[in-house]
Amino acid sequence: MTATTAPTTTDRRPDARPAGLPSAYRFELVKLLSQWRARIVLLACWLAPGVFIAAAGQQSTLPTDTVFGRWMLATGWAGSLVVLSFCCTWALPLLTALVAGDVFAAEDRLGTWRHLVVAVRSPRRIFAGKALASTTVIALMVLGLAASSVVGGLLAVGNHPLVGLDGASLSPGHTARLVLLAWAYVVVATLAYAAVGLLGSVALGRSPMGLLVPALLALLLQLVQLLPLPAPVRLALPSQAFLAWRGLLTSPTQTGPLVIGLVVSLVWAAVATVLAYLLFVRRDFTDLTYDGSGRRALLLGALPLAAVTAVSVGAVALATPAQGSGIEKAKVERTLATAYAHLYRLQARELHRPDVTEAQLRTTASCDKGGSLVEDHGPGNDWRCVVSWRIPGAVAVGSAIYQLDVASDGRFVADGDGPKEVNGYFQVRTPTGDAPNPLWQVDGLVDLSSAPSKG
Amino acid sequence: METTPAARARGITKSFGDVVALDGVDLDIPAGQVHGLVGPNGAGKTTLLGLLLGLSVADGGTLEILGAPVSRVFGVPDGVAGFVDGPGLYPSLTARQNLAALAALRGYGGSRTNVVDDALEQVGLTDVADDRLRGFSLGMRQRLGLAAALLTQPRLLVLDEPSNGLDPASKRHVHRVLSRLAADGTAVVISSHRMDDLAALCSEVTILATGRVVFTGPVAKLAAESGELDYRLVTSDADAAVRIASGTPGLEVLADDDPLRARQDDALIVRAPVPVLDELVARLVRADVAVRELGPVVPPLEAAFLALTGADDPSPTEKEAR
Repeated sequence: MTATTAPTTTDRRPDARPAGLPSAYRFELVKLLSQWRARIVLLACWLAPGVFIAAAGQQSTLPTDTVFGRWMLATGWAGSLVVLSFCCTWALPLLTALVAGDVFAAEDRLGTWRHLVVAVRSPRRIFAGKALASTTVIALMVLGLAASSVVGGLLAVGNHPLVGLDGASLSPGHTARLVLLAWAYVVVATLAYAAVGLLGSVALGRSPMGLLVPALLALLLQLVQLLPLPAPVRLALPSQAFLAWRGLLTSPTQTGPLVIGLVVSLVWAAVATVLAYLLFVRRDFTDLTYDGSGRRALLLGALPLAAVTAVSVGAVALATPAQGSGIEKAKVERTLATAYAHLYRLQARELHRPDVTEAQLRTTASCDKGGSLVEDHGPGNDWRCVVSWRIPGAVAVGSAIYQLDVASDGRFVADGDGPKEVNGYFQVRTPTGDAPNPLWQVDGLVDLSSAPSKG
Repeated sequence: METTPAARARGITKSFGDVVALDGVDLDIPAGQVHGLVGPNGAGKTTLLGLLLGLSVADGGTLEILGAPVSRVFGVPDGVAGFVDGPGLYPSLTARQNLAALAALRGYGGSRTNVVDDALEQVGLTDVADDRLRGFSLGMRQRLGLAAALLTQPRLLVLDEPSNGLDPASKRHVHRVLSRLAADGTAVVISSHRMDDLAALCSEVTILATGRVVFTGPVAKLAAESGELDYRLVTSDADAAVRIASGTPGLEVLADDDPLRARQDDALIVRAPVPVLDELVARLVRADVAVRELGPVVPPLEAAFLALTGADDPSPTEKEAR
């Protein structure tokens, strides 16, 4: 063996410094934004909602199944909330899957890990750079969805008051604040799915399953939410925050579901990110056969998140008075009566009748679910309510009938069943012509986290 | 004057589970030397290159890079660059963007543009600097990988199969770059299966087999390890050549039914040490038989490699199938 040395003097050099986090972050951002897939999706996020709202404004049929869909022709803000509702169902989990779900796996596919770790010299900074870059891109996409839907709505329909989920008319300025707050709230919820995407991308390597993890989680949670779950379980799921934003559009604000959704999302985001980090920094980058962590992914990924869910359920059960499905007769009656009173005032204004306050109306509702043989609680489309109210100076008590379809997440649609002059027809005749009847179909949202006896 | 090798390993061991990748490896790579690293698949070359780049640490033994002991992952000093298992660049970025990003990561800041342009020029990719990599050939990617390594002005350059996919002109270009680096004092470690590349570039080689060093030293010394070689002889008179060769002491003429002979047409395959070959040539010339071609069937370096690593001497058919 030879051991020749060159005639040069080499000073002992310090260890090479890792690349700075800002450089690693910028590099990851450049890589993400250089992908055609990411560019197209980003462009679609900034254009598609506005185009959709403008197109919907030209249609006579509105997406009334979607919350705020029936108000799309009344105010531009409703369109943004319809887009938000749609995004919470599918778009945001898919966006997080495309970005965060692929940010680590892409290096496996391209075979660039060794190159990257030699360049950055710090798995921690690689992880931080990738996590921050993917979060930035996801935030840009959500920002695009919000901006496009708001601008599209305002340009196509206009800046008019919005009818909230309690029937109250919200001024444009107040609505703007609430709409932007709802989008911001959903960004936090999206972080939980983004973190799960990171975990899937780290754990499953180049396997396509890694890319699909956030979307699969969203699908799984939507299926679970179809089940007759107790309210504490429903509220403790990470998908809850994608529904809880609707509580901002009621008065008083439904703070219980909002706070629970926020905390659960942040806990999921933190736990999934830490798990992804632990898996990533333990990886051996010289192992050519590495193709995901397999069994370790299950132990270090899925099981801790299942434990987080169990702890969340216990915490919600202890911290809130929610029981059973969270949908009880008293809550439904109170929610419907409140919405009816607000909307009655709106109808009165349309008909140029003298204004009356909600307090003067003293609106009450009496509800029954499925007749005498069925307990009066839980979701279903067999709720029937009679709303009563009083007009100042009149002896007679007005009453109207509604058939309610109450979803398990607390949202209901009350269909007017007469009398025709009040709520039995979709239009009312005003001095200036026919106008939509605000009392014909009424949206409402039951607070699942509140106490059953509160009403 | 103190002299420090670019890399010095003593008794390096490294295992992946039950698989022993390196087993007591010693290695000395002086500054300014192009050092070849060869071995059959699974011999531990990539693992050793990974250690030199700081991608992992040895389980046992000592490793010093540029005079500094390496005891943790990414614990190699500044001045080490290269690639293992392909250059690993990003197809959605242009050549310039790839290098600029790397320069930024390595903290070149304001001088980034000049550094990138210099590196691109060195490997002859200036004309395609703003093209995306997805349109690059394998050879162009290899050259860009070399440019990425050159960005840091390395003192120890570690390259895994740098000639993969290179056409002859590109290969010559890369060889020139590496030779110039070595002349400037950079130690270059090249892992390759291309014996002709190693013979052309390296002053010393290390052969690994099943995680152990079976040879390390100058290329000339390795060639001598190959012992008697088979030579292909083409003359103006094949019959006379057979007769003369058969009568030369110490020389064996391979039989007509020998597999090596099968596809040699008019060529004669003989096995002999070099002095006996000299005698054969003299006899042929004296008999007015012109020698048109005389060369080893298997290059000496490859023959030594096969002998030292215990690989079977492949038949021509097997060689062609590679």
